[in-house]
Amino acid sequence: MGSKYHDKVISDPLVSGDGEAVINVPIEGWRETFSMFCGNFVAVMGALGIIIVILVSIIGPIILDADPFEMVGTPLSEPFGEFLLGTDYLGRDVFAGIVYGAKPTVLIAISSTLITVVVGLSIGALSGFYGGWIDNVLMRITEFFQVLPSIVLAMVLVAVFEPGLISIIFAIGITHWTSLARLTRAEFLRIKERELVLAQRAIGATNMRLIWRVILPNALPPLIISMTLTVGICILFEAALSFLGLNDPDTITWGLMIGLSRDFFFEAWWTVTFPGLAILLTVLCIALIGDGLNDALNPKLRQR
Amino acid sequence: MTEALLKRSFYGFLMLVIVVILNFLLLQAAPGDVVDSIVADAGGASEEVVARIRAEYGLDQPIYIQLLTYLKNMLRGDLGYSFHYDAPVFSLIVDHLPATIMLSLSAIIIAVIVGTLLGTIAAINPKGIISHIVTVLSLLGYATPVFWLGMMVLILFAYTFPIFPVFGMRSVPAPETSFGQVLDIIHHMILPALTLSILFVASYSRISRAAMLDVMGSDYIRTARAKGIPERVVVFKHALKNAGLPIVTIAGLQLSHAFSGAVLVETVFSLPGVGPLLLESITGRDYPVMLGILQGSAMMVIVANIITDMLYRMLDPRIRGNV
Amino acid sequence: MNQAIENSIEPVLDVRSLCVDFDTKRGPVRVLDDISFSLNAGSTLGIVGESGCGKSMTALALMGLVPSPPGRISSGEILLHGENLLEASKKRMRALRGDKISMIFQEPMTSLNPVYTVGNQVAESIIYHQNVTKEEAREQVIELLRSVQIPAPERRIDEYPHQLSGGMRQRVMIAMALACEPLVLIADEPTTALDVTVQAQIFELLLEIQKQRNIAIILITHDMGAIAELADDVVVMYAGHKIEEGSTIEVINDPLHPYTQGLLRCMPDIGEDDSEVRQPLFEIVGNVPDLANRGAGCPFAPRCTARVDECSTLPETQLLKDGRRVKCWRPQSTMPMPEVTAS
Repeated sequence: MGSKYHDKVISDPLVSGDGEAVINVPIEGWRETFSMFCGNFVAVMGALGIIIVILVSIIGPIILDADPFEMVGTPLSEPFGEFLLGTDYLGRDVFAGIVYGAKPTVLIAISSTLITVVVGLSIGALSGFYGGWIDNVLMRITEFFQVLPSIVLAMVLVAVFEPGLISIIFAIGITHWTSLARLTRAEFLRIKERELVLAQRAIGATNMRLIWRVILPNALPPLIISMTLTVGICILFEAALSFLGLNDPDTITWGLMIGLSRDFFFEAWWTVTFPGLAILLTVLCIALIGDGLNDALNPKLRQR
Repeated sequence: MTEALLKRSFYGFLMLVIVVILNFLLLQAAPGDVVDSIVADAGGASEEVVARIRAEYGLDQPIYIQLLTYLKNMLRGDLGYSFHYDAPVFSLIVDHLPATIMLSLSAIIIAVIVGTLLGTIAAINPKGIISHIVTVLSLLGYATPVFWLGMMVLILFAYTFPIFPVFGMRSVPAPETSFGQVLDIIHHMILPALTLSILFVASYSRISRAAMLDVMGSDYIRTARAKGIPERVVVFKHALKNAGLPIVTIAGLQLSHAFSGAVLVETVFSLPGVGPLLLESITGRDYPVMLGILQGSAMMVIVANIITDMLYRMLDPRIRGNV
Repeated sequence: MNQAIENSIEPVLDVRSLCVDFDTKRGPVRVLDDISFSLNAGSTLGIVGESGCGKSMTALALMGLVPSPPGRISSGEILLHGENLLEASKKRMRALRGDKISMIFQEPMTSLNPVYTVGNQVAESIIYHQNVTKEEAREQVIELLRSVQIPAPERRIDEYPHQLSGGMRQRVMIAMALACEPLVLIADEPTTALDVTVQAQIFELLLEIQKQRNIAIILITHDMGAIAELADDVVVMYAGHKIEEGSTIEVINDPLHPYTQGLLRCMPDIGEDDSEVRQPLFEIVGNVPDLANRGAGCPFAPRCTARVDECSTLPETQLLKDGRRVKCWRPQSTMPMPEVTAS
């Protein structure tokens, strides 16, 4: 609190109209969380890993300058020979596939997560904030999506809307928002009852303001962790769909590489092992970050 | 208790009806329909023939009439006909369901038993080696693609060390005795069940460790110790039964995830389950089968949720008394 | 029962110079400092003090339930009927716990396992400490429940804790503690979480039981009123130290340590209403010290109005007369000063 806090209140254009409206976002809190995170060795390793993946996805294709779909060598040649990670049954370079596959994998995962976040947060927030019949209806909708096994629903959605980048992103996003929605709803229900909110209501804050500027910032810590983990789940899910053949035909992703080499993996283990390892390591890094965030935010969670 | 069961079942049935309707509507959005695939199979046909076939299958009716017909047929057990397989959808699904159920159930049972055991041991020694194994295992389990794991397991245990069969659920030719046949099936199912269960062992061990740690700090555990009873009784009688409640709940909720995993594992191990059936129906544009699988899996999950709910009621006396 | 012990004047429980330390990141913290007291069969000892003074920790130490990674008993002796509990093996301690020395806790709401019947939990100590069949144990449990004045015990025995009220649950706890006829019963704030009327009933019950079974009771509380009603002798604790000791009558009528005097003055005086001016409630100014950062000297010195320079060193315990002790350089008696000898 103190002067830093006060400055923020006055210089914030959204607030100065009101005068002394109080926004309970402890600025020092985020800095403290960040330093706690950095003290956590495995979490930092995870963050580094993700940064490496992102760098590879951006810079890799520029350096390598190859077409992962192109047949460049003898089919089924072993790794650590002419080609670093070997070639698949059509003579395509596995290493090139992994480097080029990074960007679509990551982009699809992030886009799906965005859909998950938008849908999940909205439904959860509205449900938790308004309660009553709105809550009932939204919860039934949530149950509907939870009853169908996610793979089955996603497969059908992709089939119905023709496999392509958009349908895949949409299918993944739409099958995974329920846990975020439940979490958001629980947080809103909990925070709604706190004095902070009652005080805001007493000075006549509108509902929109309460949701966006008062409750949501306080609900963020567990939600951020959930969102981080969702990215990992989306990567795994995209890999599953591509493995099954429900993918965008022009894009190479790690899951697709595994799926394409499905009939040859006994003779040529490298064609599936390396792409799978790429997926595993990336999602592992995300999980480590999620765990690190959990530890860093937990003391605050307990305080609240 | 029966009153609770009835209430719950009624509620589940309502849910099922809504799900069935929504699924049906979902598939209306698909481009083309059954007729298109029939016509494609036949190599093309004229407009009037197409229109006549449409009328025959009632596909020229307005949607709500089609829906009502569908629902009526469903009650009679008629889920439509698959031209791709040349068989009623219902029997197709019923033929493929056992493998999937066997796989999902065995994976969950293994996972709950092993996971709870690991989690309990980890909770007794939070800084011990088992606890660290649990942490590492849960992270790896979360991050590993289940189909890739299946392939790795196959390479290791069916190719490099040919202990287990590579694919399918039964050997050809099948063993003579029925006991031999059962053993044969188990032999085939071990690798896929283990693969699927590893992922869930990872998450259950973590969940049960957390639940046990939480319970072990309770006042009634302190009371139990104050009575001078042996520590293992305190842990396994007093603590575990209380920690078991959240574990059972979570296990029940995970059933739809187990189903999803089973679909993928079946594909890798070529098991005759719902997974490969769904995949083929998608590539073959077999909409009746796709729809049937959607309905079937929804029903299974709803039933599983009801069972889990009942199980929880039986375990927790606080809820038992009050319906 | 305890007839043989009653005839001897040897105390049932004798605690000598008990010290308990907790290992924290900032180094070891002493939570119990040189605690000594003794207890005879058929009598009640009250241990009184504010939250955090170490009274519950004393109880846990007696039971061998001090949480052992951070806590440890560094020195002292706990003699239960002559046997030193601190030298007993874990197995021996478990055999004694619940059998010869037992404890009831503050929160009856959460101290019973919600998923097992009341009868199951009471029978547990009987089955583990004695060689009886389940049917015999059940009979004993019904009698026990009856003796703690639970109506219709044959029916209650199969009920679950959530079906009983707070007062009833505490009675079940008492039954559980008495199941194997212990020598010592430790009651840690047994009525703090209960209504005042139920409180009175539980106190009556404890007195009854003591008369019947000649059992020694340690009553831990922050409520001087309970001490006045139940305890024969009292030990006053502050910040892990025993700062005053004596028979209840003496300590309440003539408190010597400034802290004890403060405690007694804190009790609201609902006496005859003939004072024209209403007195404000008395409070002892200041807070309980942080045990880790206390520094040497008398623990109460920062808040003491009678503080002098000497108080910067830890006072010795002075034995004033038989059983009457105080840990203070300048005990302030309101009565004529008795003979002072160091102990």
